[in-house]
Amino acid sequence: MASTIHPADPTAPRAGRFGAYGGRYVPETLMAALTELEHEYEIARNDPAFQAELTDLLNNYAGRPTPLYYAKRLTESLGGAKIYIKREDLLHTGAHKINNALGQGLLAKRMGKKRIIAETGAGQHGVATATVCALLGLECVVYMGEVDMARQELNVMRMKLLGAEVRGVAAGSRTLKDAISEAMRDWVTNVLTTFYILGSALGAHPYPTMVRDFQRVIGKEIKEQILAKEGRLPNTIVACVGGGSNAIGAFYDFINDKQVRLIGVEAGGRGTGLGEHAARFQGGVPGVLQGTYSYVLQDENGQISLTHSVSAGLDYASVGPEHAELHDTGRAEYTSVDDAGALDAVVKLARTEGILPALESAHAVAEVLRIAPTMPKHEILVVNLSGRGDKDMGILVNELKL
Amino acid sequence: MPIRFDHKPGLVVYLTAGDPSLDATREIAIAAIDAGADVIELGVPFSDPLADGPVIQRAMERAVAKGTSLADVIGVAKQIRAARPNAGLVIFSYLNPILRYGLKKFADDAKAAGADGVLATDMIVEEATEYLAEMDRVGLAPVFLAAPTSPDERLEAIAKHSKGFIYAISRAGVTGTQQSMTGDATSLVERIRRWSKLPVAVGFGISNADHVAQVTEFADAAVVGSAIVELVERSTPESAPGAVARFIKGLRRE
Repeated sequence: MASTIHPADPTAPRAGRFGAYGGRYVPETLMAALTELEHEYEIARNDPAFQAELTDLLNNYAGRPTPLYYAKRLTESLGGAKIYIKREDLLHTGAHKINNALGQGLLAKRMGKKRIIAETGAGQHGVATATVCALLGLECVVYMGEVDMARQELNVMRMKLLGAEVRGVAAGSRTLKDAISEAMRDWVTNVLTTFYILGSALGAHPYPTMVRDFQRVIGKEIKEQILAKEGRLPNTIVACVGGGSNAIGAFYDFINDKQVRLIGVEAGGRGTGLGEHAARFQGGVPGVLQGTYSYVLQDENGQISLTHSVSAGLDYASVGPEHAELHDTGRAEYTSVDDAGALDAVVKLARTEGILPALESAHAVAEVLRIAPTMPKHEILVVNLSGRGDKDMGILVNELKL
Repeated sequence: MPIRFDHKPGLVVYLTAGDPSLDATREIAIAAIDAGADVIELGVPFSDPLADGPVIQRAMERAVAKGTSLADVIGVAKQIRAARPNAGLVIFSYLNPILRYGLKKFADDAKAAGADGVLATDMIVEEATEYLAEMDRVGLAPVFLAAPTSPDERLEAIAKHSKGFIYAISRAGVTGTQQSMTGDATSLVERIRRWSKLPVAVGFGISNADHVAQVTEFADAAVVGSAIVELVERSTPESAPGAVARFIKGLRRE
């Protein structure tokens, strides 16, 4: 196990940093596992056989590449920029989460770990992980906050059907944050036998980098597809940001294309007060939550705030550290859309294009509804539709009085 | 005061500060010291204690709900120090409350209150450059955790940067009581001794006199946390100091 320790040398590079953000802030018990994971991932990443196996599964099992679809009716109805939709919602299991779950699942298998744990918010990462575990013959335990289990019940049933054990978490806000804490407690207890498939670009190094690498395929495909269709790069890319994995996946290959505007959309919830939303870049301050240094919604004593969003997948008090850096450098912009705006966007996309977006992705669609009319017709706007909305039918029935 | 383990066997007592109240924490700490605790670890309540088991999670939830802040904990430390000048006093916290308070200000205020050391649960040596500089500037002992899973090169770094004592985790897992001790702790303490002459305290899952006797055969002290926090939970604020004092004497079979 290779590890370099330079704690007293302030000039030593610190692992997994995105500017000031990221790093590793975990109980010592997990350090050996994180170092092993970092090392094994580095080898796997550079192993053509690993990459070939992953690509094969992504293409033939999960359904990649996903289409980049020109949304003609939506474009015409908004009267501005030409809108393309990146159809991650068409993937097997219904969201981009499968990209990462397949990558980490293969890595777990390669490392000889037979027991998988995961956290889930909306249930999409839980379903993706349960799916990959079924595919690879691995034991699967998924932690999920009780509030999320109630509002995303369909996904709970899917995970059970796939053979996973879903453990409800009754602590704290009973949402994604608490599910991650409980998964970390499991990992610290069963660290020798267990692989933690973390679902977003969050947590201690190497997770934010590894998850981004597995999601990077989204942006790579967008670039190839838009060049093939339009012969030029898009003007703007929009994605929703919970932990931020679909957004960093969509953005990453465009970071050096400075002319492309990158917009991340956070959950504005039902108000601007602390506890009413999950917009970390509007009210959060840098701090440490669950292993990483990033923007965190917290009170003046450093206690983590409760959050609210109609979408379970965006309902989290911190954000991936790479987004924190993109925010501070100004390379990406972060805005927010409230619950009502997201619900309106669900209806609009369903009725103009016949596409039912996940409530998470609907936040990005809402931003498109806001900015497309302000952009000239020759400009190109790409929205990453990270997931489909079937899982949200229960919420939609209530909220939209269907 | 430098941290010393004068009693045999040595005992470190962990309390979640502010549970059931700050005044009660002060009285319990004083009673624990008078009953023979060498070091008091004052736990700063945090909303998301991912290294803790159910007992300390519940205590922290209660203390957070009462609004207990890091400033309050430093205030209690000051009162305990004034009342008992010779006991070891360590502030035990997750990082985020310290970062929000301000690392420099925390170091200054904790030192001024009379704390001897700090243990930050989620601070590992690789990330600790500024933290160590601040601890060093004010003369607080940085206490690090060492785990059975820590390879030798990590133990070497932990030993190099620790002061006061090294906290050896008895087993992989979160805090909380268990039936019997595993063999992990013995070999961990042996490995730590190769790199450090500091006292070694073993914690996690130590809840009775048998555990304490077992652990202090090879370590300098035992850390008792969840068992005491649970006892406080079951007691009234008035009865808790006496109950904790009796429990501590029982741990040494006095």
